[in-house]
Amino acid sequence: MTPLLALRGLTKAYPGVIANDAVTLEIAPGEIHALLGENGAGKSTLVKMIYGLVKPDSGTMQMRGTDYVPTDPRAARSAGVGMVFQHFSLFDALSVAENIALGMETPPPMRALATQIRDVSETYGLPLSPDRTVGDLSAGERQRVEIIRCLLQDPKLLIMDEPTSVLTPQEVDILFETLRKLSAEGTAILYISHKLEEIRALCDAATILRGGKVVGTCIPRDTSARDMAELMVGSTLATPKAAAHNTGNVVLDVTGLSAPAPSAFGMALKDVTFQVRAGDVLGIGGVAGNGQDELLAALSGETPCVPGMVSFLGRDLSNVAPEMRRGLGVLSAPEERLGHAAAPNMSLTENAMLTGAAREGLSVRGLLNWPKTRTFAERIIAEFDVRTPGPDNAARSLSGGNLQKFVIGREVLQRPEVLVVNQPTWGVDAAAAAAIRQSLLDLAAGGAAVVVISQDLDELMEISDRFAALNEGRLSAPRPTSELDVEQIGLMLGGAHGIEVAHV
Amino acid sequence: MIRLEARPQPSAVMAYATPVLAVLLTMIFGGVLFAVLGKDPLQAITTIFWEPVFGEFAFFYRPQLLIKGAPLVLIAIGLALGFKAGIWNIGAEGQYIVGAICGAAAGLAFYPTESVFIFPLMVLAGAFGGWAWAMIPGVLKVKFGTNEILVSLMLVYVAEQLLASMSLGLLKNPEGFGFPGSRNLQQYASAHNAELIAGTGMHWGVVAALVAVILAYALLARHRLGFAIRVTGEAPRAAKFGGVNPGRLILFCLGTSGLLAGLAGMFEVSGPAGQISIDFNVGYGFTAIIVAFLGRLNPLGIVAAGLLMALTYIGGDIAQSQLGLPAAAIQVFQGMLLFFLLALDVLTNYRVRLGTGEVTT
Repeated sequence: MTPLLALRGLTKAYPGVIANDAVTLEIAPGEIHALLGENGAGKSTLVKMIYGLVKPDSGTMQMRGTDYVPTDPRAARSAGVGMVFQHFSLFDALSVAENIALGMETPPPMRALATQIRDVSETYGLPLSPDRTVGDLSAGERQRVEIIRCLLQDPKLLIMDEPTSVLTPQEVDILFETLRKLSAEGTAILYISHKLEEIRALCDAATILRGGKVVGTCIPRDTSARDMAELMVGSTLATPKAAAHNTGNVVLDVTGLSAPAPSAFGMALKDVTFQVRAGDVLGIGGVAGNGQDELLAALSGETPCVPGMVSFLGRDLSNVAPEMRRGLGVLSAPEERLGHAAAPNMSLTENAMLTGAAREGLSVRGLLNWPKTRTFAERIIAEFDVRTPGPDNAARSLSGGNLQKFVIGREVLQRPEVLVVNQPTWGVDAAAAAAIRQSLLDLAAGGAAVVVISQDLDELMEISDRFAALNEGRLSAPRPTSELDVEQIGLMLGGAHGIEVAHV
Repeated sequence: MIRLEARPQPSAVMAYATPVLAVLLTMIFGGVLFAVLGKDPLQAITTIFWEPVFGEFAFFYRPQLLIKGAPLVLIAIGLALGFKAGIWNIGAEGQYIVGAICGAAAGLAFYPTESVFIFPLMVLAGAFGGWAWAMIPGVLKVKFGTNEILVSLMLVYVAEQLLASMSLGLLKNPEGFGFPGSRNLQQYASAHNAELIAGTGMHWGVVAALVAVILAYALLARHRLGFAIRVTGEAPRAAKFGGVNPGRLILFCLGTSGLLAGLAGMFEVSGPAGQISIDFNVGYGFTAIIVAFLGRLNPLGIVAAGLLMALTYIGGDIAQSQLGLPAAAIQVFQGMLLFFLLALDVLTNYRVRLGTGEVTT
């Protein structure tokens, strides 16, 4: 049988790096094909070439045996290639139908489009009302908008970039039903993910990239997740291990924390209560947009709170500014690396000063000690294996994973008493993620109280002692992780948001 | 096809090269403008840039360089602090006027008493006036989220009306035969901001400008507050995360720039200008915006840019009287400088690529 899409010897070089080096890949009609690799392995470049966003330097692409040379995404779409990006491009203030119409060349009348959207969403088990405003939708529902937008074009190949990173386990099940149904109808799917167990459950074949080259192919069902991970990394993986540790006194005490939503599309915190003891790792799971950013801001001191809601070692933190909290040892690392955790155009030394000033003694009576700050930045770079020419480089010149290592390292090396991190390994490759998780565990073993906010449930299961779920700004009561399985966690996360599984 | 490609790091070379390029482009296009107006472009450019420093009457013009440069630098230093933090005080002209009125009023209140305390008191009054005028947009922004650009700019026109009212009313010279304008402070020894060294143009305003340059430099390079200003300008959320209180920073930046503009006005009215009059202000507060950007918001750069703009003021005057160039043409010339500078700034963060190529997003 002729493959639906055949890539032969695709090469694309950027100044200083070969993103794709003679990549060869075949996808049969109806096949669910996984594309695996660490950050910077060349996955994005490859799919961008297929989707017409990047032109290959050499090599050929064939679609059903005929040459396929997409000059732009429009050409790719008309050839039957659809793509669902990791980051959605939707307008919050518009309705679902309006958003979909915006992405079409010749949108049908709104009423007809609404009918089409309903048809597609029912056929594939993706319930979605065309009239709803996108700003009110959950991340999973937003993804459905993007998927339906692609399906309306009746694609032969659907590219999905990290689709499950924002979904609850139940939503993941629904998505997989949809993808299997599409596959049964002959639509091929190119599936990019870091989550190896998902790939084993869903995909028919996998191609593994490392350093721009294809380093292996496998049948995911017959290959263990560990073997796949080691193929990706090219070496054996160290699983983060918690050292035996005792939990001590309550260090961070959050009681009835409530705060209004900071913006129209933010989330209000409602009566959030938890305690973290010394040596304890509390994992807080939840789908993005359920109050994670707001919770971190309340703990870092960016948003003020009412007295009595947050206290550290019995001391009320309501009137303690972020800088003073750091002085006490209450540190945090927000999710958004560029622009929140770090200033993009400033050097790593300057970014080390941003949060290190108080606790590392980098500023004495307002006077800044730059040589000492530089040494601190160099220490972060060395101990956390941040790949950069040096501390004078701008934060934005680092890849996402490397900047994440820098941001986490900056806080971990300040010997925190309490560390709150949001999405500590988001977009970080397997080896670096393991290193970051290990550093968090070591910190707890050393007697710090650690709060890990994450959407990656595997991560939370792996490192946290107790687990709580954040849903609509409310936090469930923390429960020991050892008592929980994925199914229960899914229910704690607020269930499947009233969605039913596709009727195949 | 010309494309702009993002640089991985802002280019340091370009950051320094763009002001020079902007000056050169302004000379070229200014020359074209003067040619269209029927003047010899080369002669006009040399009159503006050469005549004041090396011409026949340079001995008269050179001191003017300091006299005109000092208020520009003093105001621009204050503006640069705010601009670095993304706080846009466009109303320095108004703060300059109010500072001059307060400073002059404080001196005139004691006329004709002579005392060494009068001048320092005037300095304080001038600084306070400018500070208070700038706190209006500051407080409104912090309390109600108003736009400081609009409020500070509108207050310039309020200040101009206040200036006219003062010249014709409260501060009018009782012995002035009914002419508008206050007593001449140059004739009131205790209040006169005289030349410190005769024939150099060096007065207390020049000293204040130099002190401001040094303090601002130290603040930005070595002090936590200067760091807060820079981070806020680069990434406001990161600054807030780092512990910067945005409201306080807004008040500090607007207050400081108003204070320095008020000082500039006070030194001007008690020295080179001599009196409060309806046409006292000549646009230093607006030109200082150009100076701040031309100097890369860097205190040392601002000194160079202030002197350059002072040059165009003096040279422009000469060109007006000798070549008959209209005053507006000189203003367009100065405006072009800012325009080219801002346009060329793109090159700091992007490089120009010629030829075809795919989009690499």
